[in-house]
Amino acid sequence: MATNITMPQMGFDMTEGTIAAWLKKEGDPVTRGEAIAEIETDKTTIQIEAFSDGILRKIVAQPGQKVPVGEVIAIIADPNEVVEAASPSPVEQPTQTPALVTPPAPTPVTASGVVTESDRVIATPVARRIAQERGVDLRLVKGTGPEGRITKADVEAFILSATPAPTKVEPPAPVVVPPPPPVPVPTPVAAPPPPVSVSGEKQPLTRMRQTIATRMVASKQQVPHFYITVSVEMDAALALREQINAALQAEGVKVSVNDMVIRAAALALRRFPNLNASFAGDGIQRHDQVNVGVAVSVPDGLVTVTVRDADKKSLRQISLEMAGLAARAREGKMQPADYGGQTFTISNLGMYRVDNFIAIVNQPDAAILAVATAQPAPVVREGQIVIRTMMNMTLSGDHRVTDGAEAAQFLNEIKRLLENPWGLVL
Amino acid sequence: MPEITYREALKRALREEMQRDPTVVIWGEDVVAYAGGGAYGVTAGLAKEFPGRVRDTPIAEEAIIGIGIGAAMGGLRTVCEIMTVNFTLVAWDQIVNHAAKQSHMFNGQIKVPMVIRTPNGHGRTAATHSQNFDAWFASIPSLKVVAPATPYDAKGLLKTAIRDDDPVVFLEHLQLYSTRGEVPDEEYLIPIGEADYKRRGKDVTIVTWGRMTVESLKAARILAEEGIEVEIVDLRTLRPLDLSLALESVRKTNRMIVVEEGWRTGGLGAEIAASVQEVAFNYLDAPIARVAGLEVPMPYAKNLERATLPFAEDVVAAVRAMMQNQY
Repeated sequence: MATNITMPQMGFDMTEGTIAAWLKKEGDPVTRGEAIAEIETDKTTIQIEAFSDGILRKIVAQPGQKVPVGEVIAIIADPNEVVEAASPSPVEQPTQTPALVTPPAPTPVTASGVVTESDRVIATPVARRIAQERGVDLRLVKGTGPEGRITKADVEAFILSATPAPTKVEPPAPVVVPPPPPVPVPTPVAAPPPPVSVSGEKQPLTRMRQTIATRMVASKQQVPHFYITVSVEMDAALALREQINAALQAEGVKVSVNDMVIRAAALALRRFPNLNASFAGDGIQRHDQVNVGVAVSVPDGLVTVTVRDADKKSLRQISLEMAGLAARAREGKMQPADYGGQTFTISNLGMYRVDNFIAIVNQPDAAILAVATAQPAPVVREGQIVIRTMMNMTLSGDHRVTDGAEAAQFLNEIKRLLENPWGLVL
Repeated sequence: MPEITYREALKRALREEMQRDPTVVIWGEDVVAYAGGGAYGVTAGLAKEFPGRVRDTPIAEEAIIGIGIGAAMGGLRTVCEIMTVNFTLVAWDQIVNHAAKQSHMFNGQIKVPMVIRTPNGHGRTAATHSQNFDAWFASIPSLKVVAPATPYDAKGLLKTAIRDDDPVVFLEHLQLYSTRGEVPDEEYLIPIGEADYKRRGKDVTIVTWGRMTVESLKAARILAEEGIEVEIVDLRTLRPLDLSLALESVRKTNRMIVVEEGWRTGGLGAEIAASVQEVAFNYLDAPIARVAGLEVPMPYAKNLERATLPFAEDVVAAVRAMMQNQY
């Protein structure tokens, strides 16, 4: 039976992918589970596998071609089976759906690109319409209907809670759409057009830059940020790190400062559950898992990889996992499980010799931690000026979820763990 | 305004139109003899008032409709009473293949200005005498189908139906004949093909007709005590179907329940739900729900008959469920 290979959806926000390369050519026999093509998204490149035995009878999408999720990219069939040959060439008519042998499967089926129902936002039509009109990201809205369906009331509650409270003379009726706040349309960063006299070339936005632009603008417009900075004395942590690395040298484990920050943040999050949470319209969604996202710089942008259940993992485990995640991110070979689902994010610019910086909250997290360089600095200890290795950290918090006092205590807990680093290994 | 029964409102409409137009005649089983005029007393007294124009017929519904069509083609305005809607079954060929088609097949040279008055419904009348064929009639092109819920609508719509040059199936209801409502003494007409708000509200739109309009109004009173304000759209005419108010209302409430007495499968509720979501999909905050009769031959036992049919409490339960996001 002829089987359509469709563009898989890898991650909830993927709408299209680009064929990077075909590993098989038309007429080649393929077996179930065999890699047949490489797909490039804005985050990663993955291989897709055949999910039936047969002959790769037809390649519908050519290398370099962008294909919407769910559309057919190739057909696998028996050698003597009649395969619809009249498919319009997608290169010439890239917007047209190729004629299919069988209707496309409702869910794209792939071996490695796992598509789960939970990736889909379930919302009523009117909720979708209002969300679109008001620029609300439905992924941030908690649904109260059957199966978590997002209703009109959920979106309105989200808008109300995200809007600076107007002078509340009368409580708004549930069906009344509140007065329009500035509509947070995720426009690309709109710099004023440069003066005519300045010459230069416009670089088209890559998929990754588009994603970054959309997400950062949405966060800055929807999340009321506040910032708290602490200075951490890192000498003890650095000394411990040297001892650990010396001990684990044979295993090839090399714990970084960042691994220690991940561990410290994860333990602190366990003690401050309100920071391990998301703003959800009509409530604060607390998360049972502590999944620490880490921003990783890659050519032409950055991605956030996720260390899942970081509070339950040893420094050694975190270090090994991070090494793999970062390598796959830089090579553009991330797997769907490598990113997303984080409940808190760390951005570390320590290797770039920065004194301090402020990060933008990575929605839907409640906070993000910006970690600067650990460097010698004069500090006062017992009335004396001494030199210590100091590292600044700035927490950006979502003021809808948490407040300064709580965030300060949370940040000081991370500081305490780093300054008394045996707590990270015991 | 004086309150009269649905039955009396119908009789007044017949009397006024017979006074106004000498070509209006009434034919049917027992419309003269039984209980002084019709199985349900609608034509009581009219035979005396209008000698020769109200006639009893044999128990032969196909013949009643057949001669009604012929007389209408020949220049009379015939009002045929079929004792219950169940007895139209034997006359469906006359209604569907003849009454509904003459004008179209003869390029409008022939008109069939007739009204088929017949009651839907139940009343301990068991499987073969307790049915609703609203959806069947409403699916036939070039028939007009009317199903008034109140005495006021019954009078205004029957007068309009008699004056209409096309065949009109006028669906009354056994349980409505004795209901009372305000009807003015002065003459008025209600156009065919216009729905009516029977109650204004903001939370859920109920689209209904006939007896279920009355039940929905009862439900609305119960729900109002809980703070739920339903809006009731009474279709009044089932063909041509006027969904303009239903659409206007659901754009406001974002929720709709269609309430009908007949069977759910292939019912008019299915047609209404499909049409509304085609036009107003982006305004729906829940699936369009249906309250309908159970799909069984009607039992004779009183408790089982009651369990088969939808009543106000079923409407209340459906509205509550929708307000609690259970659909």
